Amino acid sequence: MGKHSVRISAYKELFAKILFAVSASAAILAVGLICVFLFMQGLPAMWDIGILDFLTGTDWRPTWNPPRFGILPMIVGSLYVTAGAILFGVPIGIFAAIFMAEVCPMPVYKVLKPAINLLAGIPSVVYGYFGMVVLVPFVRTNFGGSGASILTASILLGIMILPTIISISESALRAVPRELYEGAVALGASHERAVFWVVLPAAKSGVMAAIILGIGRAVGETMAVRMVAGNQAVLRMPYEFLSGTRTLTANVILELGYAADEHRAALIATGVVLFVFIMLINALFSLLKKKDGA
Amino acid sequence: MENDNKIILKNVNLWYTDFHALKNISMDIPSHMVTAFIGPSGCGKSTLIKSLNRMNDLIEGCKITGEFLLDGEDIYGQLDVNMLRKRVGMVFQKPNPFPMSIYDNVAYGPRTHGTKSKANLDEIVEKSLKDAAIWEECKDRLKKSALSLSGGQQQRLCIARALSVAPEVLLMDEPTSALDPISTGKIEDLVTELKKDYTIVIVTHNMQQATRISDKTAFFLLGEVIEHAGTEDLFSRPQDQRTENYITGRFG
Amino acid sequence: MREKTNFFKSLKFKRRKPLDFMLFALTWLCIGITAAVMLFILVYILSNGIPYITPSLFAFEFTMENQSLFPALVGTLMIVGLSLALAVPLGVFSAIYLQEYARRGSRFVKIVRITTETLAGIPSIVYGLFGFLFFGGVLGWGLSLVSGTFTVSIMILPLIMRTTEESLKAVPDTFREGSFGLGAGRLRTVIRIVLPSAIPGILAGIILAIGRIVGETAAIIFTLGNVARIPDSLFDTGRTLSAHMYQLAREGTHPGEAHATAAVLLIVVILINALSSRIAKLIKAS
Repeated sequence: MGKHSVRISAYKELFAKILFAVSASAAILAVGLICVFLFMQGLPAMWDIGILDFLTGTDWRPTWNPPRFGILPMIVGSLYVTAGAILFGVPIGIFAAIFMAEVCPMPVYKVLKPAINLLAGIPSVVYGYFGMVVLVPFVRTNFGGSGASILTASILLGIMILPTIISISESALRAVPRELYEGAVALGASHERAVFWVVLPAAKSGVMAAIILGIGRAVGETMAVRMVAGNQAVLRMPYEFLSGTRTLTANVILELGYAADEHRAALIATGVVLFVFIMLINALFSLLKKKDGA
Repeated sequence: MENDNKIILKNVNLWYTDFHALKNISMDIPSHMVTAFIGPSGCGKSTLIKSLNRMNDLIEGCKITGEFLLDGEDIYGQLDVNMLRKRVGMVFQKPNPFPMSIYDNVAYGPRTHGTKSKANLDEIVEKSLKDAAIWEECKDRLKKSALSLSGGQQQRLCIARALSVAPEVLLMDEPTSALDPISTGKIEDLVTELKKDYTIVIVTHNMQQATRISDKTAFFLLGEVIEHAGTEDLFSRPQDQRTENYITGRFG
Repeated sequence: MREKTNFFKSLKFKRRKPLDFMLFALTWLCIGITAAVMLFILVYILSNGIPYITPSLFAFEFTMENQSLFPALVGTLMIVGLSLALAVPLGVFSAIYLQEYARRGSRFVKIVRITTETLAGIPSIVYGLFGFLFFGGVLGWGLSLVSGTFTVSIMILPLIMRTTEESLKAVPDTFREGSFGLGAGRLRTVIRIVLPSAIPGILAGIILAIGRIVGETAAIIFTLGNVARIPDSLFDTGRTLSAHMYQLAREGTHPGEAHATAAVLLIVVILINALSSRIAKLIKAS
């Protein structure tokens, strides 16, 4: 190999390195573009409507003259269904995760693990459809109302965040050093006592991270919620859990297709609010992950 | 005698960020001989051998000063690092065959350096495997995965792989530490055979091994070369008390 | 692995605290609920849908009568193929840069990591909104295959990057040393030695990404659109299976076809999942 080919291979190396580095910048570019375009088009609208009127207004009337764009009902709606999802999904998810990590016999595990992965892979429209044809009538006949309600959306979202909570909590539980468990058992604790009083507290931040990721999923979920929540842009009280509600995500998907001008800008602004919520949740998640040393 | 030194080191210093790993080392490594580096763990012997083919370049925060000459050429100068590594081959502590066939393992080096013809490659593969004394064991299964070989065979395959690019110097970093005594014996015989054609530098933890196969031995301690002499001299008449302590096993 | 006390064996323990026992029984209850819900969803969707799967559901042309899912199926394949063609090289190259080239802990690497995590957390409706505004609006591509492809590609990019990085990380450094030691450059080492060992892991990531694309709706309907026809060019609109499902569910005029489409979608997802666990086993075996 002569001097010439040494130089050619040096150019090749340099070219490859630049190509790889440019590719790695794609993620930065994407986030940059998303932020710039959402904020550039959403913030002025918020400004025009009045930030306070937009965030705390209780009327969403795009067709009125003059139109009203208050998204408080949607913020509260997102809050309700997310809280409901946590109520249903988190306890079941954590106990199921404990089962997977500490109780489950191997043959059962081999069936359950892929099943939970499948649960995570079912598309949200299929969940939504299932909610429409099963949960909505179920709630209607058993609890009254139209069936498309905060309660229905909460149950469905609770089911949807289960796999997230189970998988992440399970790995957090498995990551707890075995010595902790053994130490507890050596001191005379029963298996279950060691699991609940030693292993679970040690996995606390991992389990918290799982919950937060579940919350992120619930807040961001669009299709399924839109299909079962009723979508009325009305400010609800917590006791009205059998009435319909509209979330931030549903607000965008319901009206973006035909909205124009100010209305469209208000929808983009809704997206900005959603985006900011999600960013806050994600920041919380990475903070917890860091604390976990993972 | 001057011309017979393959590698000359002058005032070599090396730092890993703040840790001073090699201190002011000067040494000549003679051609067609086996030079052994001995010393306790963490004394810098592996660090020095790795700086002879610039494997330390891969470690972040590594800083090297001093003169490294290979046949009078500066190792850290104009020489292309890949060409340097072709001339100064290396065998590692643990056998590390690539996850591909035996044939492709040996052909990887020549292919890297531009050999394309099948006939040439066949010839190189056969010669390298023969030189590494493993041809008879694997000539019928050249297309089989290299990972199917035993540990000792894998290490000889790695030696064959190193020989395939016709190096001038062969660096061996504790090549037998992961092997059983029989495989170790085979590799020691091989080293004695190979020094006719190559200059060999070997790091070893095993002092008997050093006495069996090396012509020169350097004793390292805490990043310094305490003593560098003919192997027989060093082991029978150590000049430094610390060397004597180490070779008689009276060391920390 | 932690030893597991057999539940039934542990029942025989006499001196157990009632609270501990109750909590333990709860884990059984909760996994039972999870399994029951999951089984119910699967059985319900499949048993209600499969009887309605008829040849007319796969007719080449969509009509108001047949509600054929064929154009949506082709649309799905197109979006999957194009998005992978875009996102896989980009994601794999990025991962190679982060893992094989960049200095650990450099500022650039940190920024890439933060932005990748951000991308992974963005909900699909925000992707849809962004794609609608940027690719559809600013770049003027409207509702089209390209708009959809680019939007979905950004969405799956973090997934591809993460799985590729993990599998590059799993390649032992001794392989790299061996290659460098023979005088191979970094590029050759990466392409000939590191990447081949990482392929099963990358493949697993690709399968996950396919699952994600197939299941995506919110990001699709505002970028690709939701028109029941096979796109005849990159700038033509179409729909995917999930978007088709959404449309059927929303209209509610063809319950049989809706049931059948849900079943088909679920079967596709089950197949993708089976494939991915097969590959995961392959990785474990090697």
